[in-house]
Amino acid sequence: MGFYVSLAVLVLAGFVGYAVISKVPNTLHTPLMSGTNAIHGIIMMGAILVLGLAAGGVWSKVLIVVAVAFGTINVVGGFLVTDRMLEMFKPRTKPATAVEAPPPGVASSNGAGAAPGSAPTSAGGPGAAR
Amino acid sequence: MTAIVVSLPNYVQLLYIVAFALLIYGMSGLTDPRKAVRGNRIAAVGMGVALVATLVIPHIGNWGLIALGIAVGTAVGVPAARMVKMTAMPQMVALFNGVGGGAVALISWVEFRDSGGYSGDPKYVAVFSLLAAVIGSVSFWGSNIAFGKLQGIVPGNPISIGRYQQYLNMVLLAGALACAFAVLDDLRSALLLAGVLVLSALLGNALVLPIGGADMPVVISLLNAFTGLSTACTGVALGNTDLIVAGMIVGASGTILTNQMAIGMNRSIPAIVAGGFGGVSALPGAGGDGSTPVARATSASDVAIQLAYSQRVVIVPGYGMAVAQAQHAVTELAKLLESRGVEVEYAIHPVAGRMPGHMNVLLAEAGVPYEQLLELESANERFKRTDVSLVIGANDVVNPDARKPDSAIAGMPILDVDESKSVIVLKRSMASGYAGIENPLFYEPNTSMLFGDAKKSVDDLVAEVKAL
Repeated sequence: MGFYVSLAVLVLAGFVGYAVISKVPNTLHTPLMSGTNAIHGIIMMGAILVLGLAAGGVWSKVLIVVAVAFGTINVVGGFLVTDRMLEMFKPRTKPATAVEAPPPGVASSNGAGAAPGSAPTSAGGPGAAR
Repeated sequence: MTAIVVSLPNYVQLLYIVAFALLIYGMSGLTDPRKAVRGNRIAAVGMGVALVATLVIPHIGNWGLIALGIAVGTAVGVPAARMVKMTAMPQMVALFNGVGGGAVALISWVEFRDSGGYSGDPKYVAVFSLLAAVIGSVSFWGSNIAFGKLQGIVPGNPISIGRYQQYLNMVLLAGALACAFAVLDDLRSALLLAGVLVLSALLGNALVLPIGGADMPVVISLLNAFTGLSTACTGVALGNTDLIVAGMIVGASGTILTNQMAIGMNRSIPAIVAGGFGGVSALPGAGGDGSTPVARATSASDVAIQLAYSQRVVIVPGYGMAVAQAQHAVTELAKLLESRGVEVEYAIHPVAGRMPGHMNVLLAEAGVPYEQLLELESANERFKRTDVSLVIGANDVVNPDARKPDSAIAGMPILDVDESKSVIVLKRSMASGYAGIENPLFYEPNTSMLFGDAKKSVDDLVAEVKAL
């Protein structure tokens, strides 16, 4: 692919991105950020490309394997955490207290409760972001 | 010595197009909470297609190492995503931004090594690879500092060398670019590339260290944009459509969010990056009408009665709610009030918390339907008809001084809680918010203060309302 084709794709993608993301409501901005974390994990493919086709020498190999791992963290972690988060966003249910509301027992259990209906997210994992 | 640009067979190019179409279609699902889960999964499928397309490129080797990298990344990424608390999402996103930027910088480094300093590559390949190295490295180090600040490893208050900070940043950027130009000018010394990476790394540190805690929503968004743009640059260097498209979408997203956050605090992005705001104490022009005002403290039982017998209550959450992990207790209180026939809504300021949308996620986690989460404008239309505004751990976003032209936060859009019949502020102490200025709201005649940890105060309120 020539340079000018790449540049054209780059500029067009910028406009497409702007148009699509502008419509995302404030309430979904955190999932949007973790979702874009997953999207820029596409860098993983760049790393695999370089590792699979070139990467001579031990040092280069070490660096690029780390890059593959970093990209994978972005893709896997980004999509999973976004899914977990988006599952929490529920519309109002008709009878306000019925099935969907978490029982008070969960509600008072101090943080990190799994969302109602979300996948097997563990409640209260060890500390913060790792 | 191999050149970087690879020509891809047609079927790979086609799969790449399918992949980016799915990514864009999936992201467009995020415009509606009802379609968002599906959208995210469609984007994940797109990513899967991109991975398959990459793996079926002819003559791909080093399979063992590819598997190793993927295995390590999965082993780290899955537990992190499953276990992270919603209150820790800002740290998580900062870390993920950094990891992406790190991958970009590493790829540039390896490209340089493999091609013997870009020999045999077209000039533009070297230009974009070096650009990716600079931005990726800044993003990696900047994000790590942001993570450290949010996690409390690095002090949250601004760390800078004062007014020379901007010159230092300028020198670091100029140095990194000079090294990059030298590499482009056929000087293929590895030392010069090291210069590019090290100077960019220092720049990443120097950019984020001076920025205070309350400006974090802007910083995280900005670093998000950087990581996306650096990914797109790598895409141009490698001639890879998917990297370009995905990178630019992230770049656009980060740019939009950065802009919205800056508008939300009425500060320009350069002013925020210049730093020094989030920690300055006792700025002139705040508070003062001479006499020492006295704030009125109240008790949980009084507040409970007031809440239980009102018709409309608006809850205004801030970072304090996140710190105290009070979101579940707050929701329990809201449900109790609703069962007594009180109308309850939540007013969310765009920059409440440490990242865009932070409060919304916490409340969604606690089971609040998204219709109840009001944005700034619609919330402000309703405060006049509100009996009680319950401010939980928010400060600057409800400071009426923002309406005064001489205030440090002049012009910042605020939630007009002072227009409601009465205001109750849950707060640890009378300490000022991150803008470091007094909040006259606390001294208004219709305001009462309920001091203490937000979680404990709300738990007390729940107990008192139940007892009524």
